[in-house]
Amino acid sequence: MTGSLLKIEGLTKAYPGVVANDGVGFEVAPGKVHALLGENGAGKSTLVKMIYGLVKPDAGRMELSGRPYTPAEPRAARAAGVAMVFQHFSLFEALNVAENVALGMENPPPMRDLAERIRAISAAYGLPLDPARIVGDLSAGERQRVEIIRCLLQDPKLLIMDEPTSVLTPQEVEILFHTLRKLAAEGTAILYISHKLEEIRSLCDGATILRGGKVVASCMPREKSARELAELMVGGEFAATDRAGRKSGAVILEVDHLNLPPMTQFGPALKDVCFTLAAGEVLGIGGVAGNGQEELLATLSGERPSGPGTVSLHGQDISDLGPNDRRRLGLLAAPEERLGHAAVPNLSLTENAILTGTVRRPLTRNGFLNMGAARRFAEEVIKGFDVRTPGPHVAARALSGGNLQKFVIGREVLQAPEVLVVNQPTWGVDAAAAAAIRQALLDLAAKGAAVIVISQDLDELMEIADRFCALNEGRLSDPRPTEGLTMEEIGLMLGGAHGMQEAAL
Amino acid sequence: MITLVKRPMPSRFWSFTTPVLAVIATMIAGGVLFAILGKDPVAAIKVIFYDPLFGPNAAYFRGQLLVKAGPLILIAAGLAVGFRAGIWNIGAEGQYIIGALAGASVALAAFPAESHWLFPAMVVAGALGGWIWGMIPAVLRVLFGTSEILVSLMLVYVAQSFLAWAAFGPLKNPEGYGFPGSRNLQQYPSAHNPELIAGTGMHWGVVAAFVAVIATYVLMSRHIAGFRIRVAGEAPRAARFAGVLPAKLVMFCLGLSGALAGLAGMFEVAGPSGQITDSFNAGYGFTAIIVAFLGRLNAIGILLAGLLMALTYIGGDMAQLMLGLPTAAIQVFQGMLLFFLLGFDLLTQYRLRVGKGSK
Repeated sequence: MTGSLLKIEGLTKAYPGVVANDGVGFEVAPGKVHALLGENGAGKSTLVKMIYGLVKPDAGRMELSGRPYTPAEPRAARAAGVAMVFQHFSLFEALNVAENVALGMENPPPMRDLAERIRAISAAYGLPLDPARIVGDLSAGERQRVEIIRCLLQDPKLLIMDEPTSVLTPQEVEILFHTLRKLAAEGTAILYISHKLEEIRSLCDGATILRGGKVVASCMPREKSARELAELMVGGEFAATDRAGRKSGAVILEVDHLNLPPMTQFGPALKDVCFTLAAGEVLGIGGVAGNGQEELLATLSGERPSGPGTVSLHGQDISDLGPNDRRRLGLLAAPEERLGHAAVPNLSLTENAILTGTVRRPLTRNGFLNMGAARRFAEEVIKGFDVRTPGPHVAARALSGGNLQKFVIGREVLQAPEVLVVNQPTWGVDAAAAAAIRQALLDLAAKGAAVIVISQDLDELMEIADRFCALNEGRLSDPRPTEGLTMEEIGLMLGGAHGMQEAAL
Repeated sequence: MITLVKRPMPSRFWSFTTPVLAVIATMIAGGVLFAILGKDPVAAIKVIFYDPLFGPNAAYFRGQLLVKAGPLILIAAGLAVGFRAGIWNIGAEGQYIIGALAGASVALAAFPAESHWLFPAMVVAGALGGWIWGMIPAVLRVLFGTSEILVSLMLVYVAQSFLAWAAFGPLKNPEGYGFPGSRNLQQYPSAHNPELIAGTGMHWGVVAAFVAVIATYVLMSRHIAGFRIRVAGEAPRAARFAGVLPAKLVMFCLGLSGALAGLAGMFEVAGPSGQITDSFNAGYGFTAIIVAFLGRLNAIGILLAGLLMALTYIGGDMAQLMLGLPTAAIQVFQGMLLFFLLGFDLLTQYRLRVGKGSK
């Protein structure tokens, strides 16, 4: 196996105000797993969108199997043997697996034949999947398998995978890697996009590291440490978080046998959730999003009141209190969805500071807004959390995801909460900003507040949480101290491999 | 090729400029329409926009301007609050009718007694009547999830039937020689809503409209309740996160806009109109929707838009009279105004880029 399957030279794509890709070049050989590594905004997505024909490059050339390759649209890319599994799935929840696969095909075979082929492929690659199941009932890992099988049916020469493990449990990651290695052994080239360094070190045969739209390094990931890779990615030293100086005190928050019906048709119900939270403690709640994370945050923030006696703060039953009453008592929250939930896209940062800040900050007088005080509060958040923006008059939607996230977390932290609940606090945030957010949460706990961090990022939870529990299909496992917890144990708490234990590893 | 690029922030410049552009575009397109109908477009535009203010009979028409603009502004000020929250009260016309019926009923029940308390009581009754008519779609939406758009609209027709029944039945003038319609409140001093300054058209309803403009301006831009209303319209989930209860919001917005529309109806029946007839309502409740959007759902904008709309009403009447333009042409002309406004509104959120667009 010599020569390259995909060869890229000088690929450039500029958007108004930003050069997403600047003279990017690399090669992928058949049968190799090649990593594309970089922070959010480094240009990984734009690059693969060009390879998949979704975006047209401004300059540069691509070659596939030695021939010039200029896909005008994804259909042309697929015809040339390039397939892609997106980070966000495009599946219809109300249809079954086979129907979803058929929808993505140019000339779908009869449903019975298709179901047969899905079964054959899923058996061959160790990805068990029943073609007749409704997608709405599947776990995130199983949904990803639908997308992978959809690609494999095309018999691709190059398979692009965009952040495939962000929604998987450790066991599911193992199974996925097993499949990918098998595919590579058969000669398929795999372009693997991720910012999870350990994964890349164990899976990939080569890596191209992007920063600010440019290739900054190419290396063999196995020969580098995770720290070296991170520093290449960020382009600087990496600050380790400091979790010293905390001791846990009395119990502040108690959740007792909390049940909640699903908020949407395919949404999970919360089932008998119980835990306690002490002052000065960080509780990490892991699990794949969509397993009750949003629902848990909504019941704790007061957006979805729960049955009497299920949520108590300082021994007082607060189950039927709304968000503002809970803020008054010191229970604050930062939801996952930044635009439209944690912040209003079209309103300025000053107005977004008012959104949750009026109860604990003197931003109103007799119900009248004190815009000066609100602006000063917004400026305090911007300064304290290094939010990159021209000023508090800027609309929330004009900020990048990471900057808005810093603003949202900062807005709650600076209100001196006694209990703070955050959902996916560093999702889509670059490494430096993520480290700052984690440190802020730790500092808050060091001052005696209790913090709940709901996150899909297990490394993050291991880094900052004192105790860990997993939320899976609406059930919360018993919290356990993070010290001494192995990835194996965490995986089992997360529900293992979602019915895949029988698969050969 | 022309492409639209979303602005990172809404443009302040264009949000002030688009209403002016819309008026100019309406004049041009309207002129074309009038020319097709065989009228001199320049003369028609002059009759509509210029003569009522500065023409030979302007002294009379200027007074009419406030008489027409008053109810439009009063109703639109209330509607805009709800529209900002994404709550669509389309039935202000019905609330206007019920407010007028309630106010007139109080007056006619007290006739012929004279008292200083009668007019204030009519004001309260008018507001209450409109409020009740607005609360029907609100309560139905909160309890059963019905669409307030449809329910409030359909209640207009219920109110109209109610009006016809009252005009021919219980409120009919017993000394009216069998003609339909109530006693004329202009001849009942305690109930009359008179012109306060001769020749200006200023009556209590216009005063109420100005008060409503100031009050809703302060509410929406300075008060936490108005802030929450805006958040609810922009991002409902964020509003819930900020502690807004959707049910309360629906009741507040429909109740407020209903009460203001009811007030407008009451001031009209006690003043310029004088009596309840089966054709008492003149479409103010529907035109106010246009006024609310023409004013960009902003209180000050609504004040200006109401005056402009009143001008097209008066000028339109004159154009009918003097140039023989059909009523429908005037209505099309008013519709164009809203059409162009919404069209140009795109420019506040997007910028146009001419040239080779990237996909």
